[in-house]
Amino acid sequence: MNLPVIIKFVIDLLAVLLLALGIKGLSKVKSARDANRLAAFAMSLSVVGLLSYYLGTSGIAIQSWIWIIIGSIVGSLFGAILAKKVPMTSMPETVALFNGCGGMSSLLVALGVAIFPISSGQENFDFFKSLINEVSISVSIFVGAITFTGSIVAMAKLQGWLSTPGWTQSKVRHFVNIVFAVASLIAFFDLINGNTSSIWLLVMVSSLLGIGVTLPIGGADMPVVISLLNSYSGIAAAAAGFVVDSQLLIVAGAMVGAAGLILTQVMCKGMNRSLVSVLFGGSLSAQSTASSGSGEYTNITSCSVEECALTLEAANKVIIVPGYGLAVAQAQHTLREVTKKLEQNGIEVVYAIHPVAGRMPGHMNVLLAEADVPYEQLKEMDVVNPDFPATDVVLVLGANDVVNPQAKNDSSSPLYGMPVLDVQEARTVFVIKRGMSAGYSGIKNDLFDLPNTSMVFGDAKKVLNDLIGELKDLGVGEK
Amino acid sequence: MSFISLLWVLLLGSLLGLELIGKVPPTLHTPLMSGANAISGITMLAALTLIVKAEGNVPLLIIGSVSLGFALFNVVGGFFVTDRMLAMFSRKPSNKK
Repeated sequence: MNLPVIIKFVIDLLAVLLLALGIKGLSKVKSARDANRLAAFAMSLSVVGLLSYYLGTSGIAIQSWIWIIIGSIVGSLFGAILAKKVPMTSMPETVALFNGCGGMSSLLVALGVAIFPISSGQENFDFFKSLINEVSISVSIFVGAITFTGSIVAMAKLQGWLSTPGWTQSKVRHFVNIVFAVASLIAFFDLINGNTSSIWLLVMVSSLLGIGVTLPIGGADMPVVISLLNSYSGIAAAAAGFVVDSQLLIVAGAMVGAAGLILTQVMCKGMNRSLVSVLFGGSLSAQSTASSGSGEYTNITSCSVEECALTLEAANKVIIVPGYGLAVAQAQHTLREVTKKLEQNGIEVVYAIHPVAGRMPGHMNVLLAEADVPYEQLKEMDVVNPDFPATDVVLVLGANDVVNPQAKNDSSSPLYGMPVLDVQEARTVFVIKRGMSAGYSGIKNDLFDLPNTSMVFGDAKKVLNDLIGELKDLGVGEK
Repeated sequence: MSFISLLWVLLLGSLLGLELIGKVPPTLHTPLMSGANAISGITMLAALTLIVKAEGNVPLLIIGSVSLGFALFNVVGGFFVTDRMLAMFSRKPSNKK
C-alpha cells in the first residue's frame, strides 16, 4: 500500500464513523444540531479524501477541475438559496425535491458509466465482474429514476400543482404499473445480454414506474412516501457505490436506506396505515366514500369567537390541538400570541402533539418552535391523553382525523385503531375550522356532533386574531 | 475490493443504519429525514470519480458535472435546511433564561 491509499483509507474510515455518529446524534433533541454539522463535516471530509487520493495517484486534469468547479458551484448555490428561502410550512415538499435530486445524481453516474465504461481493470475482463457491474448499474438507474420521478410527483402534489387523476384510483393503475415493472425487467435482462441501448428503455420505464406508483397516493400518505423515497435514494447511492467501487458510498447509502425504512415504519404506525396499503391502496378518501356517506351531522353547535373567549377566560387548564390547517394558515405565531395572554392570566396551557400532526411527523414541533413555543409545553399524545378529563377547554385548530373518536368507538370505521387524542373527555371542546369539510381521510368526525363540542367557523388565523381582540376586551393578559 | 467484501460492507452498513435509529422522538422525525436525505447525496463522490476518470471525454465530463450539481444541491440544501429546523429547537432554552 502506498501513501495516498493509506490516507484515503483513514479518511474514509473517519468519515464513516462521523456519519454514523451524526445520524445517531440526530435522534436526540440536545445533540441534533451539532450532529447535523458533524455529518456535514464528514461529507466534506470524504470529498477531501477522494480528491487527495486522485491527486496523489493519477492526478486530476485541468479539464476535470473545471467541470468539478462548475458542477459544485451551481449545485451548492441553488441548494443553499432554496434552503434559506423556503418557508417552514413547505418543508415536506422541499425534502422531496432534494431527495429527488439525490436519486437523479445516482442515475446519471450509472448512465455515464454504462455509456462510457471507465478504463479501469478492463484488461482482466471476466464474466462475473462484468455481470456485477451491469447489475449494479441497472439497480442504480432503476432505483435512482424511481426516486427522482416519485419525489418530483410527491412535491408537485404537496404543492398543489398536481391533483390525483380519477383513473389512478381504478384498478387500471395496477395493470399499468405491472406493465412498467415487467418492461424494466426486460430492459434489465437485455442489458445484461450486452445490448447497451436498452439502457434508455430502462431509464424510461423506471421513470414512468416512479410516476405511476406515486400519483395515486393521497395527500395524507405523502409523508410516508417521501420517507420511503428517502430510503430509496440511499439504496440508489449504495448501488452507485458498487458501480464506482467505493466502500464509503455503500456504507453511507446502506445506512440511509436502512434508517429511512425504520422511519417509514414509525410513521406508518402513527397513522395506523400499513406500508402495503399506502403503496397499493390508493387514496384513503376514495376507499372510504361508501362508509363515510352513511353519516350526516345532526347536532352541530356553532358559536362565536366572543363565547369562545369567555369560556377561555374562565378556564384553569387549556390544551391546544394544532393540526395541518394551522400550518396551512401560517397561524402558529398568532396562536402563540393567544396562549401568551392566557398564560399571563395564570391559565395552564399545553400543546397536544399527535405523532402525525402537521404534514409530516415532527413537522408541527418545528412550526411551533418557530413561533417560540417553549419545548416543555409540547406534550406527546401518550403523555397528554390522561390529562383531558381534568381539562376545561380544548382548542382544536385545523386538526381533524387525529381527534376523531370513531378511531376508538366504531370498529367499522376505516380510522378504527388509529391512536387519537381523547379531546372529547374535556369539559368543552372548541373546533376552529373553515367549514364542515371532511379531513384528509374524508371521514365524518363524530367529535363535531358531541354536546360539549362547539364549532367556531373561519380561517384559523382570522379566528385567532379575533380571539386576541376579544381577550383584550375582557382584560385577559393585562396586569 | 472484491465483490464479496463489498457485500459485507453493504450488510454491515444496513445493520448500522437499523441500529442507529432505534428510538427517535417524533419531534425529530422531520429533521432526521432531511438530515439523512442530505447524507444520501454522498453520490457526489461517485460523480467526482466519474469526472476525474473521464480522461477528456467531454460528454462524460458533462454528465459527471450535472450529476455532481444534483448531488451537491441535495447535500448543501439538505444540511442547511436541517440546520434551520434544528436551530428553532435549540433556541428555546436560552430564550427562557
